Amino acid sequence: MKLSTKHLLGIKDLTTEDIQLILSTATNFKDVLQRPVKKVPSLRDVTIVNLFYENSTRTRFSFELAEKRLSADTLNFAASNSSAAKGETLLDTVNNILSMKVDMVVMRHSASGAPHFLSKHIPAAIINAGDGINEHPTQALLDAFSMIEKFGSLKGLKVAIIGDIMHSRVALSNIYLLKKMGAEIMVAGPPTLIPKYITEALGVRVEYNVKNALQWCDVANVLRIQLERQNQPLFSSLREYNLAYGISRKLLESIGKEITIMHPGPINRGVELDSDVADGPSSIVLNQVENGVAVRMAVLYLLSGT
Amino acid sequence: MKTILSEQQVALTVKRLAHQVLEQHLKLDNTVIIGLQPRGIFLSDRMVHELSALVEPASISYGKLDITFYRDDVRTELHVANKTDIPFSIEGKQVVLIDDVLWTGRTIRAALDALLDFGRPSKVELCVLIDRRFNRQLPIQPDYTGRAIDTITTQKVKVFWKEKDGNDCVELIS
Repeated sequence: MKLSTKHLLGIKDLTTEDIQLILSTATNFKDVLQRPVKKVPSLRDVTIVNLFYENSTRTRFSFELAEKRLSADTLNFAASNSSAAKGETLLDTVNNILSMKVDMVVMRHSASGAPHFLSKHIPAAIINAGDGINEHPTQALLDAFSMIEKFGSLKGLKVAIIGDIMHSRVALSNIYLLKKMGAEIMVAGPPTLIPKYITEALGVRVEYNVKNALQWCDVANVLRIQLERQNQPLFSSLREYNLAYGISRKLLESIGKEITIMHPGPINRGVELDSDVADGPSSIVLNQVENGVAVRMAVLYLLSGT
Repeated sequence: MKTILSEQQVALTVKRLAHQVLEQHLKLDNTVIIGLQPRGIFLSDRMVHELSALVEPASISYGKLDITFYRDDVRTELHVANKTDIPFSIEGKQVVLIDDVLWTGRTIRAALDALLDFGRPSKVELCVLIDRRFNRQLPIQPDYTGRAIDTITTQKVKVFWKEKDGNDCVELIS
């Protein structure tokens, strides 16, 4: 049994069977990570390059750890201290790395579609670790894994994605995945940060009032305000955003029901999420990070055979 | 197609294997039984059932081991992983590994690697229902054998279990 695709470019290309296979394999890897020897020899003959054209802590560490737990050899690339800074093109850089016998590429890039472009030109398997404002498939998979761990299934689960929907690749990948797995989805945030026609295009509910969204949902996936991707001000100030759309303990208590809080990180504390919520009992933020390693091990393992 | 073991023979063989293991390990107090996923666990389930009639059931340590991530053919064929469940330490224990068919020896090689990641057993033994004696690719031999048979590479040995396939028997398919 294997995945229907050679690369993981986005959730959009995956079938529900693919998603189920990845998540069930991740369960096995999560078991491996609880053992005294947290390592298996599956990919000991595979070399993987982590090509990060954009900053990252969690995702890069998570991929690197996943690769090491699978016994793969890893190379790390950061655009800021490489020849990319001298003007080398993406394709040149990758072809040079591949000529040193590298089998898989994990890639993050600020341009949407960069891994798709690469997949048309190189033979290695490519895993998208986030491309611009398009997709971040492994984040959506680990979010799904964490939700299933807590609720047993995604079917009929009410998930509100709150915040900067417009610039979020996490939101898009989550919407694709949750739809395929039968969850109900609502996006909430300021009108300037929610794309027009999103209901028509993706079939999600839209809500501009965060309290209403919280009242509706079982899970709130709170997104980071991505100041680096906004080239014009879309709300007046961070403080005003916090007052209108931030999740505070007081707001959660006023709902009167238990809501699971998720966040893909890094958290802007006091903007989209207050500290006492982020660190509170209903937050599964750190479980998400823990599950990230197992989910990425599953993806790497399943794509290595092709 | 030829029947190697009938339903009655499977039952008798399982009983004998359980007695043979007990003969070597008496009270099973320093011994653990580990069945190999996915198909070895039917045999290990049966043997543990037999053993619990012979010794104090609480003294039997029984685990299941999945070797998918330790295989040496990951690059040619992808297998779906199963659950590993070893809820005790194997450090210093005598381990009886149980699988349905021993042939090339590669599964057992992977199982030994997987097992050693859980600790350092004092001894590892191998118990199989069927030993296909020809075409071994690694120096691995069973300690307890249900039935040893001589086959050629193109033949297939299939072990059927009531729980999974509806009836108990072992067949040789040419």
